[in-house]
Amino acid sequence: MAQTDFEPKIVAFLCNWCTYTGADLAGTSRIQYPPNVRIIRLMCSGSVDPTYVLKPLLDGADGVLIGGCHPGDCHYQSGNYKARRRVVALKEILKDAGIDEDRVWLRWISASEGQRFADTVTEMTEFLKEKGPNPMRREWAV
Amino acid sequence: MEQQPRIGVYICHCGVNIAATVEVEEVAEAAADLPGVVVSRDYTYMCSDPGQALIKDDIREHDLNRIVVASCSPRMHEPTFRAAAEQAGVNPYQVEMANIREQCSWVHKDKQQATEKAKLLVASAVAKAVHLEPLGDREVDVTPGVLVIGGGIAGLTAALDVADTGLPAYLVEKTDHLGGRVADLNCTFPTLESVSDLLPPLIERVQNHPNVTLFLNSEVKQVDGYVGNFEVTITGTADQEEEVLEDRTASVGSIIVATGYDVFDPDRKPEFGYSDYPNVITSLEMEERLLEGDLSVNGRTPERVAFIQCVGSRDIQLGNPHCSRVCCMYTAKQSRLVREMLPDAEVTVFYIDVRTFGKGSEEFYDDARGTGVRYRRGNVSEIYRKPGEPERVVLVAEDTLLGQPVDYEADLVVLAVGMEPRDTTNKISQLLKLPRSADGFFLEAHPKLRPVDTAMAGVFLAGCCQGPKDIPDTVAQAKAAASSALIPSIRGSVPVESATAVVNQELCAGCGMCVEACPYDAPALDQLWCVSRINPVLCEGCGACAATCPSSAIRMQHFTAEQVLAQVDALVSS
Repeated sequence: MAQTDFEPKIVAFLCNWCTYTGADLAGTSRIQYPPNVRIIRLMCSGSVDPTYVLKPLLDGADGVLIGGCHPGDCHYQSGNYKARRRVVALKEILKDAGIDEDRVWLRWISASEGQRFADTVTEMTEFLKEKGPNPMRREWAV
Repeated sequence: MEQQPRIGVYICHCGVNIAATVEVEEVAEAAADLPGVVVSRDYTYMCSDPGQALIKDDIREHDLNRIVVASCSPRMHEPTFRAAAEQAGVNPYQVEMANIREQCSWVHKDKQQATEKAKLLVASAVAKAVHLEPLGDREVDVTPGVLVIGGGIAGLTAALDVADTGLPAYLVEKTDHLGGRVADLNCTFPTLESVSDLLPPLIERVQNHPNVTLFLNSEVKQVDGYVGNFEVTITGTADQEEEVLEDRTASVGSIIVATGYDVFDPDRKPEFGYSDYPNVITSLEMEERLLEGDLSVNGRTPERVAFIQCVGSRDIQLGNPHCSRVCCMYTAKQSRLVREMLPDAEVTVFYIDVRTFGKGSEEFYDDARGTGVRYRRGNVSEIYRKPGEPERVVLVAEDTLLGQPVDYEADLVVLAVGMEPRDTTNKISQLLKLPRSADGFFLEAHPKLRPVDTAMAGVFLAGCCQGPKDIPDTVAQAKAAASSALIPSIRGSVPVESATAVVNQELCAGCGMCVEACPYDAPALDQLWCVSRINPVLCEGCGACAATCPSSAIRMQHFTAEQVLAQVDALVSS
């Protein structure tokens, strides 16, 4: 597949209080970013179950973005720390399974950081374009 | 729970906000083929009365039990559609929204790509809707009272309105005095009412009010909790060296931010020589001189006085494209007062446009011109000292009506400096998680319908922290903020998320990891049965326990693994 035609699919799990609201702010500010990201709203990044990350990757998504509140700012006190620890452990598992762990991004983006959200999506899209499609996509495609 | 899903899908045009970028009819057609969908429609404004009626009629006619609305952010209109669904007999928690405005049509330009993305987002919402379960309503009690940040005229007004209802108001002010920027003014437009008649009675009422607790030399350090129950930690300001105040706390139902504005620093326009020439002053320094009744520079009474408008406003190069909204009027006021004090002096105002929109303002401006103030349309590009006459400066400008360059000599130049967001805006924004608009001021929840609300439930805005405004507008907004902020306290309870975590006791191994994970002590181990039980009153619905449970015994209601993975399927497998 020619790299230029490749449009990565990114699934984003965003916490309701910070990053989802930050993404809304990007919208109200009309900050443009690539349409490759598809957002799923959760209440907290700490509720991201490892299977939420594994399933899209095994199904052929090219990247998974987890967005939470900045350290110290979690609406539920410590959910983002739980997400951080979980993602570290998960990346080890991904490595063992032969899946590129850098397809999973965890970022702290607050409700007031619409620009940062747009920049993150742009950056991740560029990164994944460079990296190429998730090999799972080919293996699983009929 | 075993009801067969019968889903209605509604794609909103939002006027042209969505429809200009997303082919809404195409999205509605695609949604019609999704599993469980019974009807799929598009409409100009789903949130309007006829839009909601459409949903309600369909629920009754097609016996729908789940609703998917693809429109703006759920943070905007989820309550609207939940209420509409409930009125027609569908449980409010069986409504799901696809955010195709903030997260699609407003951030993408390519029509085809945006349409495809919108279809995916709708498919994802429908996939979740299939698994949605009805939930009951929950309310929590409110700690009555309102905390107001900022002791300027906005904060004073808001605190008084709160206190007058009999509820506690806590007023936090950074400095050692109340009154804010208004205290620095001489008199107000368009009535020329003296500030010393206006402000001290207000301050006195606040100081002596039994329901107001004042925190001077203080700032907010930390805010915990949420609407209905905020715990605010207040600390002494750093510059208070002698006696650093100890941290104090206030428990309130809502918070009003009234932190005001900063004045534009004229040194950022070095071409005006503000720091070089003693006869180039800011409008606030002019207020001081008018109050003292002394306009002389180095002992000389000025013969020629010039005002320059829009200094630091409507200036894209400086990053301030906004209009500060008060400078035209205070310049009219000051120029008129100068004419009265110095009848022999020539007074000229250099302006870009004159904007006099307030009540009585255009009339006041006409009067100012009637007193002999000369208005010249033109932007001043530079000020330099007149050679041989050190007390006089020359303004280099272009008269844009005559299309001619002008060199205007003046003995006193007043820079009509504009308003900027306070330097503390970022700090407050982080503290309360408040978004800011492109101009840097705090962002209201909706420019027309929710002008004093913010994205954070229970936090409201008053005065210039939301954007430049004059005193009447500030006071009006402060009163609006007070009345909105009082709603939770007067109602006594606030609705909270019904979505709590529940334990499937047949799967629970009683390991206690959920007890460790929960910051609210909601789960507890039942020693007899060796299982965890979650107290729904304490549960805040974050879902940390569900993600932690090694036996997958905990379901985070409304965000179950089943629902989320169905969304993933819809988003990825296409």
